[in-house]
Amino acid sequence: MDASNAMLQRVEEIIDSYGCKRENIIAIMQDIQAEYKYLSRETLEKIAEKLGIGVAKVYSVATFYENFSLEAKGKYIVKVCNGTACHVRKSQPIYDGLREYLQLEGKQKTSADQLFTLETVACLGACSLAPAMTINDEVHAKMTPESAIALLEDIRRKEAVQNA
Amino acid sequence: MAKGVMIIDGQRVPFDGEKNVLAVIRKAGIEMPTFCYHSDLSTYGACRMCIVEDERGKIDASCSLEPRNGMVIKTNSARLLKHRRTILELLLASHNCNCTTCEKSGKCHLQALAHQFGVRHVRFTDTREAAKIDSSSPAVVRDPNKCILCGDCVRVCEEMQGMNIIDFVNRGSQMRVAPPFGRMLSETNCISCGQCAAVCPVGAITVKNEIGDAWRAIHDPKLRTVVQIAPAVRVAVGEAFGLPAGDNVLHRLVTALKLMGVDEVYDTTFGADFTTISEAEEFKARLQAGGPFPMFTSCCPAWVKYLEKENPKYLHNISTCKSPMEMFAAILRDKYAAKDAEDGKRTYHIAIMPCTAKKMEAAREEFKHDGRPDVDLVLTTREIVDMINESGIRLEELDMEAPDLPFGMGSGSANIYGVTGGVAEAVVRHCVPDKSRNALREIAELGLRGDEARKEVTVHLGDQELKIAVVHGLVNARKLLKEMDEGKAFFHLVEVMTCHGGCVGGAGQPDGLNAVKIRRGEGLHAIDDASLVKRAERNPVVSALLNEMGEHKAHELLHVSYVKD
Repeated sequence: MDASNAMLQRVEEIIDSYGCKRENIIAIMQDIQAEYKYLSRETLEKIAEKLGIGVAKVYSVATFYENFSLEAKGKYIVKVCNGTACHVRKSQPIYDGLREYLQLEGKQKTSADQLFTLETVACLGACSLAPAMTINDEVHAKMTPESAIALLEDIRRKEAVQNA
Repeated sequence: MAKGVMIIDGQRVPFDGEKNVLAVIRKAGIEMPTFCYHSDLSTYGACRMCIVEDERGKIDASCSLEPRNGMVIKTNSARLLKHRRTILELLLASHNCNCTTCEKSGKCHLQALAHQFGVRHVRFTDTREAAKIDSSSPAVVRDPNKCILCGDCVRVCEEMQGMNIIDFVNRGSQMRVAPPFGRMLSETNCISCGQCAAVCPVGAITVKNEIGDAWRAIHDPKLRTVVQIAPAVRVAVGEAFGLPAGDNVLHRLVTALKLMGVDEVYDTTFGADFTTISEAEEFKARLQAGGPFPMFTSCCPAWVKYLEKENPKYLHNISTCKSPMEMFAAILRDKYAAKDAEDGKRTYHIAIMPCTAKKMEAAREEFKHDGRPDVDLVLTTREIVDMINESGIRLEELDMEAPDLPFGMGSGSANIYGVTGGVAEAVVRHCVPDKSRNALREIAELGLRGDEARKEVTVHLGDQELKIAVVHGLVNARKLLKEMDEGKAFFHLVEVMTCHGGCVGGAGQPDGLNAVKIRRGEGLHAIDDASLVKRAERNPVVSALLNEMGEHKAHELLHVSYVKD
């Protein structure tokens, strides 16, 4: 069984665990995203089919909430905090530095090697550590553009070793 | 349902069962402005134009308020007027305001209300990125730059048709109405019913305009323009000229078309009589063969398209009869081939239809002959109204003229094709061996007529008991299919019309709520009542032609298969 079939099977299990009820659509989407980090087109179509509602309706719900991602994400999700405290302590240069390092252009959020997805977040609640950043939910304190890039470089090296 | 008295602008207004305050206000003779409230659909409460103010100064949308006894409201306070103007200004600020060249100009609710409320200046600039116009559908054009997000189209697609082709996408200032995944309409399961365009208050979704092609053909001396007019058109065209809905203006329409330069004008009811006979014969053959049941009617192209796209297992149940429009066109093509060769002209066939899906049907491969469609062009009722207006013709003042012969004659049973229940009634009239006047009356009283979402009747034919269902509004057909899937329903014959009310409620018709559609349907029944020939087989031209054709030719011209091998 290939990866996308396995994913769709898992998606079906999640939907079934909510009794195929349309009022649970958001919970279903959250669970799927928790596992796969995003909602694929096939996933949304499966949800529509199983809940007996239109694909346009499912897509409407998925695009309404900022939290749902319709694009595949990298293995590591990097969130640079842009809350007030982090902002005044110069979080923007960190974000800009990482974008440049990851060679992201326009609306692109995920690096070409599918390793990193770069996002901003309104406040991590770690203002005393500003400027803060998370990599897969692990908080890194008092970042600079250089230290942030160093963290990512480190991960890249480890991944390269693992793959080799 | 609540009953009581409200005080509206100081005036006592009794109410009894009205579903919201807005309906009570309208009853009091005050026209409440609104974009998103369409009384045939669910209440959405988004546009806030219908706001009212209570004694304590609380402002609420009247479409979303339930009437209460003793309620005191104002509909036109200084604050309300100010709010309405601001709403209009904000809507205009994010609207492509090229009104003069807009398809909807003169019929646009935004234009009308902006004028009514005296909005002469818009303080805000449009900062949105221009969105691409989607003209991929054969029936409608979507221009998101004109959308005011009232959601009428979203609700009609979901609630009347059960399709959910378009919906809201994104949120806040990024919100749009669109198909999912950035698809074009042609990449969706859209069935071209056009109801989204029929309810759109602005020019965001409009019926595809093909008037230019019609004029070019009419003015081309090398073309013989031949027109057929569908039943539902004749009881709606008059509305645009101040005549009541349901008035039969066929004969004035013939005169108008001749004045405009059309060469020959015929009547689609001629094709419908062929459809009745063919469909009834097919039905009898199925009864002998024991199936497959139910037999679905095939006149409605949006219904056929729905089965193809979403429920192909039922394609075998669709009658193999072409729609009246396509039967007419095939016979015309066959009969006029010799005429064309003789006088060196080419026949250009225009069908005037109440329907946007007919544009899609005409373009189907099945209805092409040597690469040319049997129907060259489909114009909707709205388009023909525009053409009559463009010609400066005042339809209501014209003399009457009968359609040309020999294809300008249809029975009464062909006229009721345009209203829900009509096709089934025509087929039953043909099948029942008792041809007396009382038998006709009995058939009329069976319960095939009327506005109910689904009508079920039982007809006795010899020793057989036949179960017939009539549904209109695709959402009701989908429910019926689901029951059939679950083994809960069985019928021998099912008439399906995608639009509510049947073709009289088609999206090509002038604007009109359900009450207007019902009056059009009554108009068609009145034509039937007044016609001397009430059965398809009594149409002398049709029976003569059928005899002349023979079985093989009839099959070739009148039948089609939608089943994919």
